[in-house]
Amino acid sequence: MDEPIIKIEGLYKIFGTNPESVMAMVMDGASKDEILSKTGHAVGLSNINLSIKRGEIFVIMGLSGSGKSTLIRHFNRLIDPTEGKILVDDVDVMGLGQKELEQFRRHRMSMVFQHFGLMPHRTVIENVAYGLMVQGVNKTTRHEKATTWLDAVGLGGYEDQYPSQLSGGQQQRVGLARALCTDADILLMDEAFSALDPLIRSEMQDQLIELQDKLRKTIIFITHDLDEALRLGDKIAILKDGKLSQVGKPEEILLNPADDYVEAFVRDVNRARVLTADVVMKPPVLRLTKENLDDALEQMRGKKHDYGYVFEEDEYRGIITREIIENEIDSPGPNANLCELAEDMATVQPDTSLEEILPTTLGQPYPVPVVGEDGEFHGVVSRKSMISILSDNNGTSDKA
Amino acid sequence: MATESWLTKFPEMERADLVAIRKGLDESYRAFSRTYGDAIESVFNPLLKFLVWFENLLLASPWWLVIAVVVALVYGASRSWKLSLGVIGSFMLIGYFGMWENTMRTMSIITVCTLLSIFMGIPIGIAMARSDKTRAVVTPILDIMQTMPAFVYLIPVVMLLGIGKVPGVIAVVIYAIPPVIRLTNLGIRLVDKEVLEAATAFGANSSQRLWGVQLPLAMPTIMAGINQTIMMALAMVVIASMIGVKGLGQPVLKSITNQYFTMGLFNGLAIVALAIIFDRVSQAYAKRTQRHLGGTQNG
Repeated sequence: MDEPIIKIEGLYKIFGTNPESVMAMVMDGASKDEILSKTGHAVGLSNINLSIKRGEIFVIMGLSGSGKSTLIRHFNRLIDPTEGKILVDDVDVMGLGQKELEQFRRHRMSMVFQHFGLMPHRTVIENVAYGLMVQGVNKTTRHEKATTWLDAVGLGGYEDQYPSQLSGGQQQRVGLARALCTDADILLMDEAFSALDPLIRSEMQDQLIELQDKLRKTIIFITHDLDEALRLGDKIAILKDGKLSQVGKPEEILLNPADDYVEAFVRDVNRARVLTADVVMKPPVLRLTKENLDDALEQMRGKKHDYGYVFEEDEYRGIITREIIENEIDSPGPNANLCELAEDMATVQPDTSLEEILPTTLGQPYPVPVVGEDGEFHGVVSRKSMISILSDNNGTSDKA
Repeated sequence: MATESWLTKFPEMERADLVAIRKGLDESYRAFSRTYGDAIESVFNPLLKFLVWFENLLLASPWWLVIAVVVALVYGASRSWKLSLGVIGSFMLIGYFGMWENTMRTMSIITVCTLLSIFMGIPIGIAMARSDKTRAVVTPILDIMQTMPAFVYLIPVVMLLGIGKVPGVIAVVIYAIPPVIRLTNLGIRLVDKEVLEAATAFGANSSQRLWGVQLPLAMPTIMAGINQTIMMALAMVVIASMIGVKGLGQPVLKSITNQYFTMGLFNGLAIVALAIIFDRVSQAYAKRTQRHLGGTQNG
């Protein structure tokens, strides 16, 4: 699972009449503008190194002109690089001949386009089945399969319409179904949702996430929208002027921007919506594992804390305060054990967004435990850490 | 002597040299046509046979059968009763005014010329669209074909093949083929880049891209080119009649030399009627078959 499926090494793309002639200048680190003014060549991509894992959504983000659309076209060689290596499952894509490249495109990668790229002279079902038609699959089989995928994207019944009869969102669903229909394990999505209006866009994002849960494809997703990147991406690469600024998990990008450019990008992001509980949680200060009340009291005094989280054989049981323990010791009769005294407290799940756990955290007098679905204890979220991460707008991290 | 300087008089070539060049070229071309004329003529023999056969077919068939077939074609292409009735009306009028035979002759040569132009022009247009080098070579040739007065290229054709149907067809095709070549090239180059990219991304090879994407999407533009080609072929009818192509052009030519205004007008109107029929039918056909392309393409 952790083995990278796609590796890109030292990729350069220079546009112009004689790209090789300026490679030396690019290697010497001359700037894009300098090369353009001196030689008339445009540097599209410069020293791109990426490694993409099987089954992840890898988002490449950048503004227009950053080279992101150029980059994605290198994966299936719609554009040939000036220099560099592209490896898919250790197959050197650059070494493929024309016929092999066609086979590679038919079976390994499929693509979704910004303006859909549907064929206006073919019906919806013919569009979806296009990839299979190119492969030479017979009509009955390919239409059967196309119907299944049309249903999967929620467009059953539109088979015989022409693309021009559909709305933008529907057309892109056709584009998605067409890409899925070939069963390629790598999906390239070039600003696939950028041409859609915001409501449809978020609907499509949900649908993609839902499909991805089932299909586990390797998806390379291009976008200029950071919110979209953070929402979809397992990993995000930020591209600026043809160079990678940063590659990392969404929260790494958000909390540790590598340079001013990334920082400017993430400044306006609503962190509460993007970050999840497991990013801000810390280990609890006091874990009470002894059953004896006096021992527990001793531990509390030692840490100068008046509450603690009770564990029984590494399993979380609840929270207990000094007051409760003292009252119990003072009260007549035999003392109850710690677990019996521990009080239930609202917990949150590790993958819940900060926005959702905010009311719980603020409503509790003590840091809220983060407990997974299987009852596993992950850590606690305190009001303090929550506030510091949400108010920390200059990007410097205080992640413990 | 002092007044004759290159400043006052253009430094012309010596008269004798010019004559020598003219003579030399003419002689060598004449020699060429004497040596290869028969061989080249025999190359065009099948075309001539087909032309004669097709003309005789139209002339020998009863008039009502010709009208019935034409109307069937018109209706099949356009699915319009109005147009079909118009075609019946114009043919009846043409026949009534005694121009049936000439009209059949013109129709046969125009049909053959158009088909030839399409079958040669579309592949040339495709080649032009695929390579900028081919385009750079073909474009100036097309410019010459369209602007060079028809009489100029008629001279070598007649020298080589004499007068008759085949030189007529060659003259008409030279004049009429540029639009279909140009618009095929243009149509293919205008195909939405993303759609073509999509085909490539799904592993389509170059013939799958051509037949499955480029040609169908370029069709509205190619149809406009075919339409122009038909119109230009009809416009050449009178000039072609000067080298012995029979049809509606000959009476027009006769009316010019003898100042028969009405005769010229009638035959001219018959040409116009044919032109309008060809135009409306090809356009209606294009429109009907490309309806679903929506507003994304012209046509």
